[in-house]
Amino acid sequence: MFKKILIANRGEIAVRVLRACREMGIGSVAVYSDVDRAALHVRKADEAYPLGPAAASQSYLNIDKIIGVAKRAGADGIHPGYGFLSENAGFAQACADAGIKFIGPTAAAMERMGSKTRARQNMEKAGVPFVPGTSRGVPSAAEAATVAERIGYPVMLKAAAGGGGKGMRLVQKAGELQAALDSARSEAERAFGDGEVYIEKAIIHPRHIEMQVLADEHGNTVHLGERECSIQRRHQKVLEEAPSPLVDAEMRRRMGEVAVRVARAASYTNAGTIEFLVDQNKNFYFLEMNTRLQVEHPVTELTTGLDLVHLQIRIAAGEKLPLAQDDVKLRGHAIECRIYAEDPDHSFFPSPGKITLLLAPSGPGIRHDSGMYEGWTVPMDYDPLLAKLIGYGTDRLQATARLERALSEYFVGGIKTNLSLFRRIFPDPGFVAGHLDTGFLDRLLAQPYESGSAVDRNREVAAIAAGVFAMLDPSSGGASTDAASRDGMATEPASNWKRTARQEALS
Amino acid sequence: MTYEIQVDGKNYRLELNRVDGRWESRLDGRDISLDAVLARRDVLSIIIGGKAYEIKRERTATDLHVWVGPRRYDVQLRDPRSLRGRARADDGKGLRKLIAPMPGKVVRVLLKEQSQVEAGQGVVVVEAMKMQNEIKSPKNGVVRKIVASEGAAVNAGDVLAVVE
Repeated sequence: MFKKILIANRGEIAVRVLRACREMGIGSVAVYSDVDRAALHVRKADEAYPLGPAAASQSYLNIDKIIGVAKRAGADGIHPGYGFLSENAGFAQACADAGIKFIGPTAAAMERMGSKTRARQNMEKAGVPFVPGTSRGVPSAAEAATVAERIGYPVMLKAAAGGGGKGMRLVQKAGELQAALDSARSEAERAFGDGEVYIEKAIIHPRHIEMQVLADEHGNTVHLGERECSIQRRHQKVLEEAPSPLVDAEMRRRMGEVAVRVARAASYTNAGTIEFLVDQNKNFYFLEMNTRLQVEHPVTELTTGLDLVHLQIRIAAGEKLPLAQDDVKLRGHAIECRIYAEDPDHSFFPSPGKITLLLAPSGPGIRHDSGMYEGWTVPMDYDPLLAKLIGYGTDRLQATARLERALSEYFVGGIKTNLSLFRRIFPDPGFVAGHLDTGFLDRLLAQPYESGSAVDRNREVAAIAAGVFAMLDPSSGGASTDAASRDGMATEPASNWKRTARQEALS
Repeated sequence: MTYEIQVDGKNYRLELNRVDGRWESRLDGRDISLDAVLARRDVLSIIIGGKAYEIKRERTATDLHVWVGPRRYDVQLRDPRSLRGRARADDGKGLRKLIAPMPGKVVRVLLKEQSQVEAGQGVVVVEAMKMQNEIKSPKNGVVRKIVASEGAAVNAGDVLAVVE
């Protein structure tokens, strides 16, 4: 077993992994950039070392610095979390070269699954179902047109090196193909330095459902059931759940079999996720493999009763999987809400800044994996994920009810968050019925929204409360006094600005 | 104590007194049965005629918000004994400040001083969390002053430009 693990990450996932280390009696080493000195993961770690400037390329993406810290601290394992270096085969190799165990798959397995077209060639050999299309980039517009005719419009163009929706184009008819191909290629070239684009049949109203797999280093591979991740905004997942409202036991068995076959074909070890595109007739197609722990792993933990980070660490330490496929029993329903620092009322603009008030929910069936705390300033330099609120219940209805209850207790002040978005999602009839697809959220957001009845009555309550606040806590003052002293205007003597301010005060 | 309070644009006059630990309260002349405890800074437990509320207060650099349940109310508070809490000029006349809504970095200044600007037109672009956000003019007018410079870091509430 490991003595000391370095966590090459930040935010809630770094805290998540630190906690697993603490639970297993393993020392933990945090790393942090200049703007993260006060971050929660640094506070909670046994040891912490600076990486340098905020820019990820000079901190959390800097392989040499991280390996240097690991050696200096005497870490014998590195957990990469998700994002940053987690799917970087070069980093996995650098760990191996330094004699430090990378807690994840081998560099070779990552490379096999890293490029979508290369992964596809490997997987087709293993008999994995794919969306009809090309397994390689299309060299010419003429060939693209031939392929598109064969598989039938609409088709989707995708960047081979892609991710996050970059270099993706939906083509409805033949006349649009040339222009779409050109723009997808140039976007892929700019985003990934690789303009390779392939063609697939477009699945209309697709669902995004993924299977969690675990593989030890002794040839044992199991799947832990699926997660439904169809609720997305701009290809960013917002809410995930397990099990999927669509998947029955038979479909789960078939998807699980394919997922295990994919992992075996790649000689995959540790935790991984096979993503599938699923059409409305329950046909599923391999999309890609994520060679890391997923953000949404807690919903699988709650429905299987397993701790995926513990298991990742045990597998990396050379232990055998403690369970066979038949031992995996799914129970209940879990849903995760990703809490982002962004403003749902203003096009989801990012909203970094100081958290002036934090009231976190608790109670039955609620798990809160968070990287924030009251008084902490959310830096502007990284991903806006603040925390994950996970609800568990006997069934989907109870899990949802618990989350809605938890949302009523949850408050983050000082910055904007997307908490209100979930209050919209849960009562939606489509959500309640489990009729999900990747366009669900865009359609929901396009509807006009008026939050609530009893508005006038609560307006009076707000007025009374504002007065009581002022009386009980007068030192805190009103907002406009704060603004006047902070915006610098009031301190410029005899300026026009100050004169205007005075005029405003008198008007 | 008497407060003039504006909530989402509607004006209220609130009289509050504490007598022997009990609250006496009148809203626009109506007697209100009220009890209130400050649970912690910015969190208030109040009971109005038997109905219980947990109220949160949020003060940003530019605004005062009061949350009742999931709903946020914009509040302006005037304590008649002082000039504190005066309403900022939001009436479309005079000078208007463009304020950074979040900390970030100024990546572009789109207009020069003294240039004409239309309501909704971008003046300054601020980047945060890898997203670029245009800070737009709230009114038609002239850009009187550009305070922000390209490359500069700004905090929430900083004035970026002034439009007249």
